[in-house]
Amino acid sequence: MSISIDEVRKIAQLARIELTPEEQTRHAATISAVLDYMKILNEVDTTGVEPTFQVTGLTNVYREDVVVESKLGKKLIEQMPQVEGEELVVPGVFD
Amino acid sequence: MTSLIKQRTNRNISNYIRKSGLSGYLDTTMKLNILTITQAAEGLRKKEFTSVELTESCLRQIKKRNKDINAFITVCDVSALDEARKADEMIAKGEGKPLTGIPFAVKDAICTANIRSTGSAKILDNYTPPFDATVVKKIRDEGGVLIGKTNCDAFGHGASNENSMYGPVKNPHDLTKVAGGSSGGSAAAVADNMCIFSIGEDTGGSIRQPASLCGIVGLRPTYGRNSRYGIMPMASSLDTVGPMTKTVEDMAIVMECIAGSDPLDATTIMDAVPDYVNEVKGQRSKVKGLRIGVPKEYFTVDGMDPEVKAITNEKIKRLKDLGCEIVDVSLPHTKYAIAVYYIVVPCEDSSNLARMDGIRYGVRNTEGRTLYDMYAKSRAQGFPEEVKRRILIGTYALSAGYYDAYYKKAQQVRTLIRQDFDDVFQKVDVLITPTSPFPAFGIGEKANDPLALYLGDIMVSPAALAGIPAISVPAGKTKAGLPVGVQIMGPRMAEGLVMSVGSRLSFVF
Repeated sequence: MSISIDEVRKIAQLARIELTPEEQTRHAATISAVLDYMKILNEVDTTGVEPTFQVTGLTNVYREDVVVESKLGKKLIEQMPQVEGEELVVPGVFD
Repeated sequence: MTSLIKQRTNRNISNYIRKSGLSGYLDTTMKLNILTITQAAEGLRKKEFTSVELTESCLRQIKKRNKDINAFITVCDVSALDEARKADEMIAKGEGKPLTGIPFAVKDAICTANIRSTGSAKILDNYTPPFDATVVKKIRDEGGVLIGKTNCDAFGHGASNENSMYGPVKNPHDLTKVAGGSSGGSAAAVADNMCIFSIGEDTGGSIRQPASLCGIVGLRPTYGRNSRYGIMPMASSLDTVGPMTKTVEDMAIVMECIAGSDPLDATTIMDAVPDYVNEVKGQRSKVKGLRIGVPKEYFTVDGMDPEVKAITNEKIKRLKDLGCEIVDVSLPHTKYAIAVYYIVVPCEDSSNLARMDGIRYGVRNTEGRTLYDMYAKSRAQGFPEEVKRRILIGTYALSAGYYDAYYKKAQQVRTLIRQDFDDVFQKVDVLITPTSPFPAFGIGEKANDPLALYLGDIMVSPAALAGIPAISVPAGKTKAGLPVGVQIMGPRMAEGLVMSVGSRLSFVF
């Protein structure tokens, strides 16, 4: 397999997704199949080929830096999962 | 409605249906919901019926059919009727525009002000955006009536609509089959006349493939033609938003409304929006002499359904009969498109979806003690398996030591795929291919083999990687009664041309 269960566990930790042992096994198998398939790209000689990061050709798109008043403040606070007054509550970053 | 008005209305609808040649295609039960935009707008303008009646007709269809089809996650029954009343006032004052009073549906991965927008993922189960995506705002500003939010593969991840955390969408033509994806609910809602048109997203086929499987028209516009502000992002270098309609003419009407640059999306193209409706009306009679490319790689795909191939070949012959020049061409890097696509997408996905963390909005899991637990558990419960898989692939491919081998390599091959199209459009005006190698397949049939499902995107992902426009139009049905679409691809900004050619292939304009 291209990717081991240990590697799946490690990338899941980096991606902040808790996986059950069954999920780890399943993802290792399906992701390995996908990564194996990707090897088809090694057939292509890409020496000196520029990567395509975007297709519009647009560069440096500017707009005026104008202050626009937003009336969404209260509604955005309503969307927060945990609030005290108007402040967002999150678990402590440090133990 | 008094019975006299009802009779008059029914007579007018039946006239519309007869004139448009739709009678064999749609069920003729005299319901307003079966009308196209063109027909409905005419009826509203002539005051044959009101937007409230039109909207009620769609709502009745939703009530009747959604429990079987599962096209909608949220139905806006109350607000839609309010909007319809306002639209009727606009029309009464002579302020009606092409989409005034027309009920439309929006994919749930597109934000709608004060209406729940889940992206079909439980992590946003309770999310109600306070703003409209630009495309939605443009339609609502014209007086369009938002009738509901449609089911999709979660955050657009999938081609069967089975990756929704709100259940799969069933194909209206056969409830045991998938509707396609990711915009499966938007396609099924139009195909089953639960709305007059809908809005979907196409990252790598998510408008065109379900349009093909459900027998409607779907357009992926040129990358940057339509604003993506307010769209839940999947792969930013590929994402587009486009209409899903009953006819090509309707497609042109919606595109005229939603296309154009947007200060809130810096990737939008500044070029003025053409008069698509007249462009299509004018060009469709002038297809004679157009050079139509038939790329051989699209006709030798493994597992291609023979009926799909036969229907596509019939359409090629039709274009030849219309005086088009049919040219055999080659897009030699086609076979690498899936590998490129399924590297680029997970990489960009894994970074875009980092925002779904249970902190500022959405559903937070509070079982754990630490910040890490909160992230990991919120994401574990809020994403379906396929979303997790793509985040994992992307995280892996972008991690130190793998970037050059995967993401950079894929983006280099993407350049070669783009060049294939640049070269071929020197020789031909547009390309014709099937949209999907197969018609709608059984629900669950490909669920355990993600790679098999990925490979089904072979016809639709190349145009996405190149950023060019492509339309899928209904071209026929298999013996089993499942719709088959054909795809017309054109050079950048050639929406008018692909719509014009498409309109000659479909049995409805």
